[in-house]
Amino acid sequence: MSIASTQKKGFGAILWDYLTTVDHKKIGNMYLACGAFFFILGGIEALIIRIQLIKPENDFISAGLYNEMITMHGTTMIFFAAMPMLLGFMNAIMPLQIGARDVAFPFLNSLGFWLFFLGGILMNLSWFLGGAPDAGWTAYAPLSTQSPGHGMDFYVMGLQLSGAGTLMGGINFLVTIVTMRGPGMTYMRMPLFSWTTFIASILILFAFPAFTVALFLLQFDRMFGSAFFDIALGGNSIIWQHLFWIFGHPEVYILILPAFGIFSEIFATFSKKRLFGYTSMVFATFLIAFLGFMVWAHHMFTVGLGPVANSIFAVGTMAIAVPTGIKIFNWLATMWGGNIRMSASMLWALGFIPSFTIGGMTGVMLGASTADFQYHDTYFVIAHFHYVIVGGVVFGILAGLQYWWPKMFGKVLHEGMGKIAFWLFFIGFHLTFFIQHFLGLMGMPRRYWVFLENQGLDTGNLISTIGAFFMAAGSIVFVINIIYTHTKAEKATNDPWGSGRTLEWAISSPAPEYNFKQLPLVRGLDPYWIEKMDGNDKMTPAEPVNDIHMPNGSILPLVITIGFFIASLGFIYQVDNKAWLIVLFTGMVIAIGSMLIRSLKDDHGHHIHKEDLEKEAD
Amino acid sequence: MSHWMGKLKTLLLLSFTAIVLSACGKENLTALDPKGYGAEKSMDIMILSIVVMTAVFIIVAIIFTIAIIRFREKKGKEDYIPKQVEGNHTLEIVWTGIPIILVFVLAIPTVISIFDLADTADAESSITVEVTGNQYWWHFDYKGEEIQTSQDLYIPVGEKVYLDIQSSDVIHSFWVPTISGKMDANPENVNTMFIEAYEEGVYWGKCAELCGPSHSLMDFKVVAVSQDEFDQWVEDMKSANPEEAPQDAVATEGQELFEANNCMACHAIGSSPVAVGPNLTNYANRTTVAGILEPTKENLVDWIVDPESIKPGNKMTGNYPEISKDEAEKIAEYLMQLNHSDVTPESAGGIID
Repeated sequence: MSIASTQKKGFGAILWDYLTTVDHKKIGNMYLACGAFFFILGGIEALIIRIQLIKPENDFISAGLYNEMITMHGTTMIFFAAMPMLLGFMNAIMPLQIGARDVAFPFLNSLGFWLFFLGGILMNLSWFLGGAPDAGWTAYAPLSTQSPGHGMDFYVMGLQLSGAGTLMGGINFLVTIVTMRGPGMTYMRMPLFSWTTFIASILILFAFPAFTVALFLLQFDRMFGSAFFDIALGGNSIIWQHLFWIFGHPEVYILILPAFGIFSEIFATFSKKRLFGYTSMVFATFLIAFLGFMVWAHHMFTVGLGPVANSIFAVGTMAIAVPTGIKIFNWLATMWGGNIRMSASMLWALGFIPSFTIGGMTGVMLGASTADFQYHDTYFVIAHFHYVIVGGVVFGILAGLQYWWPKMFGKVLHEGMGKIAFWLFFIGFHLTFFIQHFLGLMGMPRRYWVFLENQGLDTGNLISTIGAFFMAAGSIVFVINIIYTHTKAEKATNDPWGSGRTLEWAISSPAPEYNFKQLPLVRGLDPYWIEKMDGNDKMTPAEPVNDIHMPNGSILPLVITIGFFIASLGFIYQVDNKAWLIVLFTGMVIAIGSMLIRSLKDDHGHHIHKEDLEKEAD
Repeated sequence: MSHWMGKLKTLLLLSFTAIVLSACGKENLTALDPKGYGAEKSMDIMILSIVVMTAVFIIVAIIFTIAIIRFREKKGKEDYIPKQVEGNHTLEIVWTGIPIILVFVLAIPTVISIFDLADTADAESSITVEVTGNQYWWHFDYKGEEIQTSQDLYIPVGEKVYLDIQSSDVIHSFWVPTISGKMDANPENVNTMFIEAYEEGVYWGKCAELCGPSHSLMDFKVVAVSQDEFDQWVEDMKSANPEEAPQDAVATEGQELFEANNCMACHAIGSSPVAVGPNLTNYANRTTVAGILEPTKENLVDWIVDPESIKPGNKMTGNYPEISKDEAEKIAEYLMQLNHSDVTPESAGGIID
């Protein structure tokens, strides 16, 4: 397969290329595109929720549909929008940053993507097949076990599929970072985004299995008559909450740590200054990750665990503020004494600091369990976690898009439009969520389909809804920017920001299929910056030009996933009619058969030959 | 400069909304104007944590603002390369050390108050009410007193009342923001908490854990009356006679319909262990119909004829014979005459509108 052949291809060929690709950059693009699709879907659900709450006792949608909306909004945003988009960045950028030609397991990478995508599709199919899940994204038993219809079954199977995909992604990134760092790229020279990818992957590795177990238990309760959560038969419903939050709390850090990584890159690049306190940043990240596993029960202060448990988890939660504070101050110190350029991505990073600080503050406040008796399950909590997840994670994703777009797609997003998008979104975000802190304390619990008239909640909810439309407008400008850029903009240079520090900026935009013609020699933290300061315009190669070994594309990951997808439908509907067991087994045969083919058939990959490489420009 | 101006605008907007809302929400619903022991304890910790956190935020905001104004790229100096600083141990120790101290400042009072609120040593000698959350209503059973009621919880003011909270179906959460923080009603175990109201009044209660379609309609009230009135209420409730014949003919017909349609299979009047549906003793003095509607006869008729249109997913729908509007009016008349006590929500000052 010569490189030139990728230049001009028909639609069918491009489609086939993407369906079979094992290239980390293309998989990254697909993660981003599909994540963006689900982000828009979740955003529409959010708008519907806010329209329903625009005035008291509104009847825009019914109570049942409202519960489906909130469940799908939460699940979609966390599992099918935020995580995949971050996994997209990890895929597209992390190997470039550590000087690797691909991830450790390209086939597994593709399989992970398809499992995520079809998992998301499966869950959303429930809208058309008798109703979406409606027990909240937390799916507390026994509400989730008693929920009528198949909605919660789609929740179980959809998340099980995509969860397996995420787990594969996490393992893949771990192995990649441990084994495939380029010449001279020691651990303590890795860019912060690669570090946070590494640590988030550790979290995925330890947190997701708890959720997988919880989903299996729920699946067996709902589909095969077991009684793990059925109190009448000796089960216990609180177990679900523990399992869910043992996964669910680290999940927050799986989302926010990579966003921290993105911001760390942006602050350094646009302050034209080395990241302040690099070592303490790395250790603070580890500390956050570790403590993240120790605090799950702060979601359960009102469950009745007793004062001893509540005290331990309260103090543990407050302790997380310390490493998070270290990070905030290090970012401020990075800017201090720098030469700050207000690019659009830097704006997102700057907007992140006050927003996330508020989110962190309310986090500590929630950790004080006595006060949490009032905050718990109210709009205060909604406000808090949107400050963290929108103000942290979504800002991070949008900043990352603006920042890495040239490296991923070869064109620089329009800066002016990027800034308009930021301001609309930023103002809308604070308008929507700041007021919700007060709504919660004024007596508005979360997940309320209607709030009653004459309870002093009207103005706050109206303001919140108006803010949501600003956020929508900001998102639309962002999308217009993408379309505009791809019709108008010029091809980007290797280092379009002029102050790129890390390895990805040393290679062409977008990166060639093999990433590095010759693996570069890394001489310290911010290797490309070091070369630039020494007057070199490119990295010193660490090897002569040689044949590059590349993995072959394969359709099998998609086929395996389709097998599991079919089997999932079988699982869901065999409750009604045992004939569906045929579908279940057919799906399993397809999936396991494809795995067998993969295992038994040798695939040695291919080489890009030295002669072809020499013809290519740098 | 546009960034800073935008921030200023946001700030102005936020302070404006804060002023609009400075009333802190509706009296006897909001948690921001506490009138009970638990709510006050929560408020103390809230204020402490807000003060500490605001101080931190101000420091961050000042450094942030100075940094982006002072170190912003100047015209003609775009290519200036600043000194590449690796870090600074003193600074790093300072901003690790101070937060640790702040955590202690916050953690110690928090832990003390956690144990204070969990103290149930006086439970034996106090009034205890068994609270049961149901889809979508609350059942109250006064321990040792043969009194059952629903939706309106009467308590004496200035006294600790212990609640043994449980659920009959899915998880609910018992929350009366102005008096106390919340406690979950789990199906598998009893959670005990106490509430104490400092002032007489009718307080709003809400369900705070998603429990199905009508989760947002599961309101209830806590009616805090004086000790004397409470004792009177207990006496009245104990002597309520469920067999008592109504005064007029319409209500008598209503009573017959109530019996003919087997309403009491679920709804007890007077002391009874039956708690499939809300206990209807003293129904004339309820603050609401179905927890959310004004206590008028019309609303009650609407409820009896078609409860589904008022509380989607409730357990009454479809579990009784079809009742015409005419019949419903008679039943409503009967229920509205179930006046078993002179102690009413009005005794506590009524609902604040």
